[in-house]
Amino acid sequence: MKLFQNLFDATRPAVTTGKLKGLYPLHNALETMFFVPNHNSHSGAHVRDAIDMKRTMITVIFALVPALLFGMFNAGYQHYKALGLLIQGDLLTQFFTLSNFMFGALKIVPMITVTYIAGLAIEIYFAYRNKHAVNEGFLVSGILIPLIMPIDIPLWMVAVSTAFAVLFGKEVFGGTGMNVLNPALTARAFAFFAYPTYMSGDKIWVNTTPEQGAQIVDGYSGATALGQLATSGQTNYSAWDAFWGFVPGSIGETSTFAILLGAGFLIYIGVGSWKIMLSTVLGGLTMGLIFNSAADSMEPGALQNYMSLPYYQHLMFGGFAFGAVFMATDPVSAAHTERGKWIYGFLVGLLSILIRVFNPAYPEGVMLAILLMNVFAPLIDHYVVQANISKRLKRLKLQQS
Amino acid sequence: MSNFHIVRKGLDLPILGAPEALVDGHLSASVYAVRPSDFRGLVPKLAVKEGDRVLAGDVLFTDKADPRIRVTSPVSGEVARIERGDKRKILGVVVLADSQQEYRKFTSGTPASREDAINWLLESGAWSLVESRPYGRIASPDAEPKAVFVNGMATEPLAVAPAVALAGREEDFAMGLQVVSLLSKRTVLSIAASETAPALTKASGVELHQFKGPHPSGTTSVHINQISPINKGEVVWTLNYQDVAVIGHLARTGSFKLERVVALCGTGFAKPRAITAVAGANLENYLGSELKSGNFRVISGSVLSGANVGKAGYLTYYASQLTAIPEGEGTDFFGWVLPSMGKWSVSRTLFSWLTPNKKFDLNTKQHGEDRAFVVTGVYDKVFPLDILPMPLIKAMWAKDLEKMEQLGAYEVVPEDFALCEVVCPSKQELQKLAGDAIDLLYTEMN
Repeated sequence: MKLFQNLFDATRPAVTTGKLKGLYPLHNALETMFFVPNHNSHSGAHVRDAIDMKRTMITVIFALVPALLFGMFNAGYQHYKALGLLIQGDLLTQFFTLSNFMFGALKIVPMITVTYIAGLAIEIYFAYRNKHAVNEGFLVSGILIPLIMPIDIPLWMVAVSTAFAVLFGKEVFGGTGMNVLNPALTARAFAFFAYPTYMSGDKIWVNTTPEQGAQIVDGYSGATALGQLATSGQTNYSAWDAFWGFVPGSIGETSTFAILLGAGFLIYIGVGSWKIMLSTVLGGLTMGLIFNSAADSMEPGALQNYMSLPYYQHLMFGGFAFGAVFMATDPVSAAHTERGKWIYGFLVGLLSILIRVFNPAYPEGVMLAILLMNVFAPLIDHYVVQANISKRLKRLKLQQS
Repeated sequence: MSNFHIVRKGLDLPILGAPEALVDGHLSASVYAVRPSDFRGLVPKLAVKEGDRVLAGDVLFTDKADPRIRVTSPVSGEVARIERGDKRKILGVVVLADSQQEYRKFTSGTPASREDAINWLLESGAWSLVESRPYGRIASPDAEPKAVFVNGMATEPLAVAPAVALAGREEDFAMGLQVVSLLSKRTVLSIAASETAPALTKASGVELHQFKGPHPSGTTSVHINQISPINKGEVVWTLNYQDVAVIGHLARTGSFKLERVVALCGTGFAKPRAITAVAGANLENYLGSELKSGNFRVISGSVLSGANVGKAGYLTYYASQLTAIPEGEGTDFFGWVLPSMGKWSVSRTLFSWLTPNKKFDLNTKQHGEDRAFVVTGVYDKVFPLDILPMPLIKAMWAKDLEKMEQLGAYEVVPEDFALCEVVCPSKQELQKLAGDAIDLLYTEMN
């Protein structure tokens, strides 16, 4: 402790007045990470709540840990399954093995590292340029971005997508707190449209690099459940597999269960908005029910099959759960008003399932639905605020009459 | 319309150092100061010079914008000095108090009419106790308020219960209410649902309303918002129950004695309790024997909105609390991620929610640095007014007067944002922001 304090004290002159002036934001970010500074309240209320932005952000990261760890196991599991190298035994003994975990960790930890380096470098540059402290927003984005990427995406694409998201998703609007779009989804959308072959299809969700003495299992398909649904309206994966997450998909999105753990934590701690999560789920269920009831009158075919997928199963397949819990709830890009959050979440859920079912080109509708609603969130807020204004005007008119 | 109101949103700070419910002692001081900065928006025009003798009730300065508004000396004595700052701005008028207090005599008895009452209050300087909404300034005597709101509650952290503060002054309070009810057609007295003091529960000649709930259920803004919200163009006058008793005393005796029951509260005091004190009293000598040793911040007012006056400072003009809490010291090693037991947070990101009844020795630490707004919905939980706090704050930030007006800026005073400021994870200075914005609105509208 003393050691770190001395280190920061010793290097401070160099970055405040000395040659390394440009590094001050970095120094400040690191120092405030090690030590919450001894600032005392200087105006207004004299006592303050012990929460700060760093603690808020780290809470979200804690909530992501189950999905992250599960993603590491699953990456290895899918890989060894494709190569037919799974050990004998039941599913759980096959799944929770050290080799699965190590395989996933060796893939995913570099992705996280690259994301942080790319994103934080830009954040620190802008902190220096605009003379403010480094905001903590990227702490969460840096974990979210790898979790919504396929396992085999090259690291440089992760870096470019992250850089794009931070620059054009966030900094051009004025930095943390000002962005319109969710930065993590901006990164994914960029990768999705810039490198479609690495972001969609049947081949990318499972690492199938051959290993010594192993070939890809005959008849193996690496398609995700949603990919299968979009082409044939049916999937090989059971809803339970999808719920527990033993299916191919983006790294962190597969296990609805692990995401639910995170959701429970976020709601209980109060950092994530339960209103958005609940209303997104309600929106998804509503659209699912509409499809179910309309499916009977459709001509038989893939679309009819897809539409008759039991409505609740939409919540388990693909990135719906991850989007509802971790993406739609980003407080900056979501609706800001409490009433607006209900509308916003409901429409996110509704559109996710709508896009997913009706547009086979985008098997995962959640990303586009959330980005779309991000754009509309200020409009929703506008009407909620306007309602408050009209109420006041009405009161005034009543008074005058 | 029901006269019983339940306020659900809000927060009672779990802070140690509550004062004992007895009035014991008097803040004796030999030096007093009245500071123009205690009066929002008032530009002083001096009526005395150094060396002048004044009686308690003699004018010290008037408002440049309206010379009828006088601020009078709380004590008799000699004007020792005029404290000035940059550009000779008047910071305070310091009076060396006589050992035997002499009061200037005003007419006693209840005034006959509204006009008489206003003139009599203006003359004595007791008009300074009448605040006007919107803008939270000393009322303009020309305005025609739709109602006068008397606040008979004290829900600020560590405040003294009105029953304690009014004990022995029931007659003054009743007489004060008579005077105040002359000022408008409608006089509202708001009291706590649990109030027992007959002076309040049996007050006559007023419309009685009861409020239940956590702070800010006892603030005038909440009362007005629930009973008769302010529309554009409307004016409401507000008074505190202790100031009504001061006015009653003036009516009864003819002396303007600006003495209140003041809570000595916070963990900095050896014996937190209530005392009597005259506004403007110098604290230096008195605090020496009352404060524990250690580094404490002395606040004239509550921990939410009081002024940091320092150990050698003066009690502010309107204060009914004197709070001493420890100054925060030292940095916290990884304080943002470690469980940090013993720290308090309204959120569940720390562990204080496990012990909901535990009180904390809260200090002045900010617990983090200023950041952009990120989290939403935090303010709403502690802001019971029928106003959207975040949009209003953003309008204030942008100095968008039209939006401010539409979103209810006429109904708020800076203190209403104190709890938002306490819970804000981005550590924004909301009271200062609101104060500047409301002042700007005043300048543009008048």
